[in-house]
Amino acid sequence: MLSPELGHYALALACIFAAAQGVFPLIGAHRRDRRVMMLAPGLAIGQLIGLAVSFLCLIYAAVTNDFSVQNIAANSAVSKPLLYKITGVWGNHEGSVLLWALILGICGAAVAAFGRNLPTALRARVIAVLGLVAAGFELFCLTTSDPFARVWPAPMDGQGMNPLLQDPGLAFHPPILYTGYVGFAVPFAFAIAALMEGRVDAAWGRWVRPWAVAAWCFLTCGIALGSWWSYYVLGWGGYWFWDPVENASLIPWLTGTALVHSAIVVEKREGLKIWTVLLAIATFSFSLSGTFLVRSGILNSVHAFANDPARGIFILGLLAAVIGGSLALFAYRAPALTAGGLFAPVSREGALVLNNILLCSICAVVVTGTMYPPFMSLLFDRTISVGKPFFDATTIPLALPLFIFMGFGPMLPWKRAQLWPVLQRLWVAALLTALACAVAFYGVSGVLPALSCAVAVWIITASITDIVERIKLFRMPLAGSLQRARMLPRSIFGTALAHAGVGVTVLGLAAMSQAQHKIVDVPIGTTEHLAGYDWTLQKVEQEPGPNYTAMVATLEVRHNGKIVTVMHPSKRSFNSQNQTTTEVSIHTNLLSDLYGVLGDKHGTDAAPTYVLRLHYNPLAPWMWLGALIMALGGALSLSDRRMRVGAPRRARNASTSTVTAA
Amino acid sequence: MTRKTRRLWLVIACVTCLGAAAALMLQAFSSDIVFFVTPSQVEAKPPPADRTVRLGGMVVAGSVKQEKQGETPVSRFDVTDGQAAVTVRFEGILPDLFREGQSVVAVGTMHKDGFVASEVLAKHDETYMPKEVAEALKKSGKWDPRFGPPPSAESWNTMTAQDAQKTKANPDSPAPAATKP
Repeated sequence: MLSPELGHYALALACIFAAAQGVFPLIGAHRRDRRVMMLAPGLAIGQLIGLAVSFLCLIYAAVTNDFSVQNIAANSAVSKPLLYKITGVWGNHEGSVLLWALILGICGAAVAAFGRNLPTALRARVIAVLGLVAAGFELFCLTTSDPFARVWPAPMDGQGMNPLLQDPGLAFHPPILYTGYVGFAVPFAFAIAALMEGRVDAAWGRWVRPWAVAAWCFLTCGIALGSWWSYYVLGWGGYWFWDPVENASLIPWLTGTALVHSAIVVEKREGLKIWTVLLAIATFSFSLSGTFLVRSGILNSVHAFANDPARGIFILGLLAAVIGGSLALFAYRAPALTAGGLFAPVSREGALVLNNILLCSICAVVVTGTMYPPFMSLLFDRTISVGKPFFDATTIPLALPLFIFMGFGPMLPWKRAQLWPVLQRLWVAALLTALACAVAFYGVSGVLPALSCAVAVWIITASITDIVERIKLFRMPLAGSLQRARMLPRSIFGTALAHAGVGVTVLGLAAMSQAQHKIVDVPIGTTEHLAGYDWTLQKVEQEPGPNYTAMVATLEVRHNGKIVTVMHPSKRSFNSQNQTTTEVSIHTNLLSDLYGVLGDKHGTDAAPTYVLRLHYNPLAPWMWLGALIMALGGALSLSDRRMRVGAPRRARNASTSTVTAA
Repeated sequence: MTRKTRRLWLVIACVTCLGAAAALMLQAFSSDIVFFVTPSQVEAKPPPADRTVRLGGMVVAGSVKQEKQGETPVSRFDVTDGQAAVTVRFEGILPDLFREGQSVVAVGTMHKDGFVASEVLAKHDETYMPKEVAEALKKSGKWDPRFGPPPSAESWNTMTAQDAQKTKANPDSPAPAATKP
């Protein structure tokens, strides 16, 4: 019943729904015709149903091994485990575009469902903008990358998936990352709707913020998951390659973080309005261009699925329409928005402005570093590459002041503040930081890592101090403090938690710069010494797997004579594609990772030797733990009653003061 | 504080941050950019020993040698672009996708006795060719991707641009690569 043709039809239907969703509510909002505007939620939900049916059909085809579908034949095989048959659906170009459209559909339906308290015209416009974007992508999916195309004659078995992608971490990385990317479509749609209405006010800031925070949480988790995958699957011992694809996710994260902060200023002080609208447009534009420039093969990368000129042209056209159109609208309408006041430099809003300036400077550096090589090869025909040394030298000096200001930013009062009282309250944190600084300069090699350690301690202690000060812990009886803590808005805890998460991540990154490793080629029975551990290669065996054979090593690790762990790094040879993958073995105690990689077999069969790469990675788990804490902080803020979607109402009646766009 | 001084503060903050970003970038561009070179470029004009470059080409079949210095595994292999070959020395584990006769990118520095790689990359697409290596081959006239797969690496030193033209004229005939010297 769930045939590929049904899926194709449902996708086409969703595209029509999306086009209608993009057109009718706009007409309704323009004419102030309530009945036409009320079409928007229904159309959005209709589009989502079409996409969901279409996606289910593709999953069904994958699970039932329908190799007459070209996409399944090219990316699946009978012998593939069931989990990877399902997740393999989005592990290729066609499926990932469909997943992208599905998440966009979910966003549209979410605005329809949770945005009941929004003014009708604003909601209609937001849903319409989401519909227009969705229609573009569904058209792209239908015309240039049809996931349901049949192949005749149908092959007996598929070609199988890239073994590297056969991993549980990667199964959930794309949906989470895409939810982050696509989630920023909602703030984008709000920004476009506000430009059409010619009106941005505190209520608008309140409505946008939850969507931006939610998307930011997903993007944070998605990036962390991707980095973790690269750490434990690719087996190169690192966690971030500064590959264009990784940068493509980092860039919208930076502008998205700036957006989450500047929206607070819109909400509390009605300032930075035009800037926030621009940030919302920029964040989604970066998400779009990031994913799709990569997919189109303009940026050379491992993640590029296909280099098809028709797709490239369609994508460039779509990007030009979305980004160019929104920027043109911005240029045309932004002067109509009333500018907010200027702020005192020492104040909460002043600190938030500084946060935005620094984040955008870092973003500019990353964008330049990512785009410079393709431009050089395009314009001057020189092949160059920009890697870790470049990004380390440029981003760290800009990030350090950001981290320092992050410590006391949340403690500054609004409007007008004095620095001295705040610094006085932070003396414990400052003392601990000075202590950490001394320890770091003694124990950590390199000035930047040592400074990073110190600022990480500063961020964490300052965030804790903020909460301690607010609930007057140690200055009044404990019961009173607990009472105050209960009364404190959850978004305050959310901020402190998210900031502390940044500190944890920075600490992990700084400690990882002290990682040690050793590459050896040894016979069985040898013991190696690294970072105070004794690593003994005990045996190497051949083991069969479902669609591969593995060479598995047994590596015993002792510390002061006591067994810490027995690791089993392995090397898999896949039968179907003549490919090998390296399976890393990691033992973690949350303070450090022991990381073992098995390489090639050398020597004769009588006296074989094996290449081993051993890593000692201090505080490695903290990098991803910190990202998780950041996302939890965001989620905690989201659960705040004041952030609840649609709770606030506009001060004045929205429909009377609405300026309709020409 | 007047409106003017507030605006001044804002402008100063913006200019400082963006100025610092620009200065850092220019500094990094002059020292941390890694250029891509082919073996013939290295032969013609070796890069200074303190400059990291990416050397790209095909691994000459039969040139890979594994040896040990103490317990450290050392690999040596020749990388060619058809006109010249450079010997690369690498300590460590070669990537899973590394194969003789296929393309590779080695990141490292050029020394008197050869190229010392700190990293060997064998990322590639379905045609087993990193984009930059494919570009370099096309430029030197060794390979036109419209006419079949790249010729095998061992024949390249004897192969000239005219041979590639011949293949182009008659794509069905076996490539001159097949006739070993």
